[in-house]
Amino acid sequence: MNGLYWLPQAEDWNARLLALPGRRPETAWNEGVALANTRLNFVQTNSLDGMLRRALGRAAPGGTRGRPVRLAVLGSCTVAHLLPAIRVAGLRRGIPIEIYEADFGQYWQELANPDAALHAFAPSAILLALDAHHLTAGLDAGMTGEEADAVLDEVRGRIAEAWRLAAAAFHCPVIQQTPLCVHPAMMGNSEHRLPGSKAAFIGRLNAALRPMADRAGVDILALDERAARDGIGAWHDPGLWHRAKQEVSPVAAPMYGDLLVRIIAARQGLCAKCLVLDLDNTLWGGVVGDDGVGGLVLGQGSALGEAFAAFQGFARDLSRRGVILAVCSKNDEANAIEPFEKHPDMVLRRDEIAVFAANWSDKPSNLRAIASELNIGPESLVFVDDNPFERNLVRQQMPMVAVPEVGDDPSCFAQTLADGGYFESVAVTDDDLARTAQYQGNRKREALKASAVDLASYLQSLEMRLVWRRFDRIGLPRIVQLINKTNQFNLTTRRYTEESVAEVMHDSSAFGLQLRLIDRLGDNGVIAIVIGKLQVSGDLLIDSWLMSCRVLGRQVEPATLNVVVSQAQMLGAGRLLGDYLPTPKNGMVRHHYERLGFTVVSEGASGAVRSALDIAGFAPAVTFIGAEEG
Amino acid sequence: MREDDVYPKLTGIFRELFLRGDLVLTPGLTAADVEGWDSFRQVEILLAVEQEFGVKFHTREIDSMHNVGELARMVATKTERLGSAQAGNALGSSPSQVEASISSLPAMR
Repeated sequence: MNGLYWLPQAEDWNARLLALPGRRPETAWNEGVALANTRLNFVQTNSLDGMLRRALGRAAPGGTRGRPVRLAVLGSCTVAHLLPAIRVAGLRRGIPIEIYEADFGQYWQELANPDAALHAFAPSAILLALDAHHLTAGLDAGMTGEEADAVLDEVRGRIAEAWRLAAAAFHCPVIQQTPLCVHPAMMGNSEHRLPGSKAAFIGRLNAALRPMADRAGVDILALDERAARDGIGAWHDPGLWHRAKQEVSPVAAPMYGDLLVRIIAARQGLCAKCLVLDLDNTLWGGVVGDDGVGGLVLGQGSALGEAFAAFQGFARDLSRRGVILAVCSKNDEANAIEPFEKHPDMVLRRDEIAVFAANWSDKPSNLRAIASELNIGPESLVFVDDNPFERNLVRQQMPMVAVPEVGDDPSCFAQTLADGGYFESVAVTDDDLARTAQYQGNRKREALKASAVDLASYLQSLEMRLVWRRFDRIGLPRIVQLINKTNQFNLTTRRYTEESVAEVMHDSSAFGLQLRLIDRLGDNGVIAIVIGKLQVSGDLLIDSWLMSCRVLGRQVEPATLNVVVSQAQMLGAGRLLGDYLPTPKNGMVRHHYERLGFTVVSEGASGAVRSALDIAGFAPAVTFIGAEEG
Repeated sequence: MREDDVYPKLTGIFRELFLRGDLVLTPGLTAADVEGWDSFRQVEILLAVEQEFGVKFHTREIDSMHNVGELARMVATKTERLGSAQAGNALGSSPSQVEASISSLPAMR
């Protein structure tokens, strides 16, 4: 897997690409940044680079996020096919990169000769890209151990001298690419016992390069480790080596460019600082407000539970090395905190979370509040949420926040975050190791204030449809499940068996509605249930109204009311009556009916509230949701 | 896949690689006819075609192709061998991604 799979698919790719050359340089650059942050293959990467160069010409865009870089690429084999991907990876992070490519195999002469074009270019960063064939040229399979060691020393000496020359001439960062293990083995498992083995030699050299680089202040572009994860076949094609002397296949170019620019960005301090985590179905399986702490899937006992625990472990490890952790969850705060305090398999502790935003306001507002409380920019946030609705909303409202496509399998969350390279760092400092404690010390206890962003355009773009139907046999299991597990958005918390649901189905003076929400991102399934019963008084009593919290903030409530009113009219009702029966879990819907235009008619001692709505005077609410029977 | 059916997708690939929405592929078209069709571009064309059609070209096969017509014939033969069920997307990117990236571009010049 060497594609940029953690980035979202581009929308309107062709149209946006073609429009680039007609735009003003600043606008073209910003649009290019947006396009570079989508899932590009090597063809798209090259197209984007080509079109942006047409738009910008020689002009360097002003006001970019990162500082411009003049990168000299000194290679021993073909690297020309990798350069567009390097520029596009810079674009992805707002860094304009101008590249000087030394003549094929001339890196030594260019470094040593002050009259060479390299010196006129005056690089601000140097990449030394030496391939495995070049580096093993002095090796012979029949060599003794001593002879092979001598070759290794010679190669190490040559590389160290190149670093020294580069540093002395340009006083700029040097990046050393590790060669790929492209040679077939000659002994197999015991390859390390053959002194003259090229495969084993590359392994020894790559191991030796790390401490050498540390001593010389050189950064390592660890292609060997990436290829070990992806498989050498994803990075190197022997046919292309023979045809074009490409050690790195063009197919791997987008990932190559990204790996390289991560180092450059980290040197500019552009890496992310804070991991913001959703809770339900991101840190644990299930919805804590509905399932309760005891009903969560977490830890030993199931593969899913272990996967969530492992992801928590990864997040905790990140925090131990200096990444700040925050929580952003649609939940009552008390419910959200409970697993941290009571669930025995929680890996993350409450005091490891620097900012804990659990409330019902939209996530972009909460992310802004988290960034401001931590006194960091929103571009320093990485937001992990299993829910595609939330991911897309954040991307649209806050394009500077990194939102990886983590999918919905917790087994893959950690690797996706790691592959995305969001937290790339070039060194571990004492500050990093102390940071978590520091944020714990400063943490404010007050809950984050709710604030609204303009959601209208986003909701409109979702093309939501509320597809409703009366209760039926096919829907029965889901209806019963939803009725019996929903605790938070549940006005009366009345539980029903299959039999009692069937009674509603056959009662001509009652109706049961199952409502499904479908949008551009997919089918959310049945997300709400309403049961209405006509009273002797001629009023329609809403016996039950419950909804999955996944679809909060999307205007499903008023759209549902429109359907309920039309159903009540068919039964000849004059008024709707809605009850709120308080439980420890359903505080969020205390004012549900008032928000929908109902008037309170009575309040009981236990906190129960009855509200009424006059059907004759009811004007259907206008929403971005189209309702249809289906 | 029939040879005629290969051309629309092939055209999309060429147009995106050369950033030329007006490029028209004919069987006799060669590298000499298209500005920028050098040996590196040749490698990219072959890789993009491999990804799009889910095929893999051997070194000898690549050496034997001299124009677009021979490339299209090779793709047709190979996809025929694979069977239509397996055609498309063997090497990495998702079908929708390739579809999105390589669908034909309108004329730009």
